[in-house]
Order: sequence, then structure tokens, then C-alpha cells
Amino acid sequence: MTIRSALLGLWRLFARPSVHFSLGFLTLGGFIAGVVFWGGFNTALEATNKEAFCISCHEMRDNPYEELKQTIHFTNRSGVRASCPDCHVPHQWTDKIARKMQASKEVWGKIFGTIDTREKFLDKRRELAEHEWARLKSNNSLECRNCHSADSMDITKQNPRAAKMHETYLFTGQNTCIDCHKGIAHHLPDMQGIEPGWSMKTSQK
Amino acid sequence: MKTRFLIAALALLAGIPALTIGVTSGVVAADKPVVMADATGTVGGIKVPSTNHPITTDVPAEATHREITDDQKRVRNYADQPPLIPHAIRDYQIDLNINKCLTCHDRRNTAGSQAPMLSVTHFQDRDGQTLGTVAARRYFCTQCHVPQTDAQPIVPNSFQDFDSVLGHAQGGQK
Repeated sequence: MTIRSALLGLWRLFARPSVHFSLGFLTLGGFIAGVVFWGGFNTALEATNKEAFCISCHEMRDNPYEELKQTIHFTNRSGVRASCPDCHVPHQWTDKIARKMQASKEVWGKIFGTIDTREKFLDKRRELAEHEWARLKSNNSLECRNCHSADSMDITKQNPRAAKMHETYLFTGQNTCIDCHKGIAHHLPDMQGIEPGWSMKTSQK
Repeated sequence: MKTRFLIAALALLAGIPALTIGVTSGVVAADKPVVMADATGTVGGIKVPSTNHPITTDVPAEATHREITDDQKRVRNYADQPPLIPHAIRDYQIDLNINKCLTCHDRRNTAGSQAPMLSVTHFQDRDGQTLGTVAARRYFCTQCHVPQTDAQPIVPNSFQDFDSVLGHAQGGQK
């Protein structure tokens, strides 16, 4: 009863016309407050979407980031590089928010030290990797395709080996990027039982 | 124990010429202290360049060479030569978790990858037992198989393959 009456009181306050403030103040003030809130929200969101934010935790700095630094997605002839969110956060706003909400679990993991040592990280690596493989598989390797477009791929510039594989598996839609290109930016966990994308077992499905 | 003494004795013998050179060069240096500054010839039997001594000069590193990644098989110089890797192997992981090479070259995966299967000799363990898959001692591919670059040999090589030595060169490409 008390909760109900409290809620009712709140509603009455909310529904009552303003006594002291003008309509102009309320609308303009509401608008400005909205801009500030929305801008602040997006700024904060973008701040968490930067590599510097990711590697501000030692878990990410010492494990996946160290491994990334060796790979072609970090250092290469043309100097184009992928940072953490390029591959791990969707670029579309709604998908991004959905991923960010999921990522609240990572805050939990940080607070309770789920992977705060190298050993814990290695033990959990297969599970973490499987999450990312599942995500990229289900969105048809969207984060890969943000940069690598199958349409713009000139297979005459590829090695015959790579060209054949892309013709057989990628262009036919049989497989998506992550089916074959696992572990391109980080080391792989124990791959027992995981077949490569071109193996007969995976291809038949 | 015996072998240890033998090795020690051999080491001593090998050290004697170096010791004597050290002594004589010391004597020479004492006689002519300027000898190191302008000599172009030999000091105590060891040739020393007069200027731009390599140790004290920064020599720019040679440009790195391009990997050969044309997927073309190379002729083997002798029958037992491990075949060369004609493709890029950057970031290929070969450890306890996974052997990236085997994801194509393993028997089970060659149908999908169309890569040559690793030879059955790799299935034999050190006791000559043929196993069902690659033996532990053959697991680390890059111990024997290596990619090539377009670098020219620093030291000229006059190697001739078996067929050239026997005088009927039709067998090999050379």
C-alpha cells in the first residue's frame, strides 16, 4: 500500500502543471538538458569504444593486445591497422548498444577477477574464443567485412591457393570469413575438435 | 671422465696459437705504439683495417628480402631434402594448442585444402612404429621446412646435385 501511494504521489507531481517555471524555460531547458545528456552519453560510449580504453585493463593489455601486435592486423606494409573495437564491436548504433549491454558482463568479470592472471586467461581462452567465433558466424563476419569486401576482392592478385579457396568457399556463400580465418589476430586456444573451414566435416553441415 | 680430460687437453692445444699471437702482438704494440693508428697491413699476424673499423662504424642493415610465395614447388637438390614452403607462413601457430600447417597438410584435411599431405615418414616415432597421425618428433614443421626469400647467397655455392655429378644432367633441372 505504501509503495502504491508513493507512486501515486509521484504521478500527481508529474502530471500537475508547473506553477513557478514558464513554458519557455521548461521546453528550452528540457531541450538543452536533452542535448547535454545525449551528447554526454555518446561521448562516454565512444570513450569506451577506443583501444586505449580496452588496454587500460591489464587483462587485455598483457594478453590479446600483446598477441595482436605481432600480427598483420597491427603491423604491415601499408600501415592500415585494426584496433580492438574495429573487430569486436559492431559499427551500427543499435548493434553497438546491444554489444555494449552484453559487455556489462565483462565489467563483472573485471571486478571479480575472472581472468586476472595469465593462467586464468589461458584456461578461459577457449570459451572466450568460442563466443567471438559464434558472434562472427551469426553476423556473417560483419566486422571482417567492414573492411574486407568480397566484391572488391581481386582474386587475380591473390595466390592461386587463396584464390581457389575463396572461389570455392567464400563466393559460393558456403562459408564465412571466420570459418577459415580463426586466430588471425590472437593466438588460438586448444583447438581439439574444431575443424578448419575447408575440412569436409565443416563444409558438409 | 676420460673423455672430459681429452676434451680439456684438446681445448688447451687449440688455445696455444691464440696465446702466442696474443703475446707477440703485445710485444709489437709495445715497440711501436702508433702501429694501430695508421697500419693497413697486419698486426701480430692478424689483419686489421686501418680506418672505418667495422666494430666502431654503424653499418646500415641490409634491406629485408621478399618472401617467395608463388605456390610453385621447387626441385629438391637431393632426395632427402625437406620440401620448401612456397607460401607465406606469417603468424602460423605451431604449439600445444594447434599446428596451423596441419590444418591443411594433415591427411584428414587435404581434400578440402588440396594441399600435399605430409609424407607417411612423419608418422613414425623414434622406435620406428608407424602411428595413425604425425609423430611428436615431427610436429614442429619449421624445424625442417622453411620458406624462401629472393636473397642472393652471401657465399657462393658450388653445390651440384647427384645427376650433375654423374654427368647426365637430364634427371635434374640443372
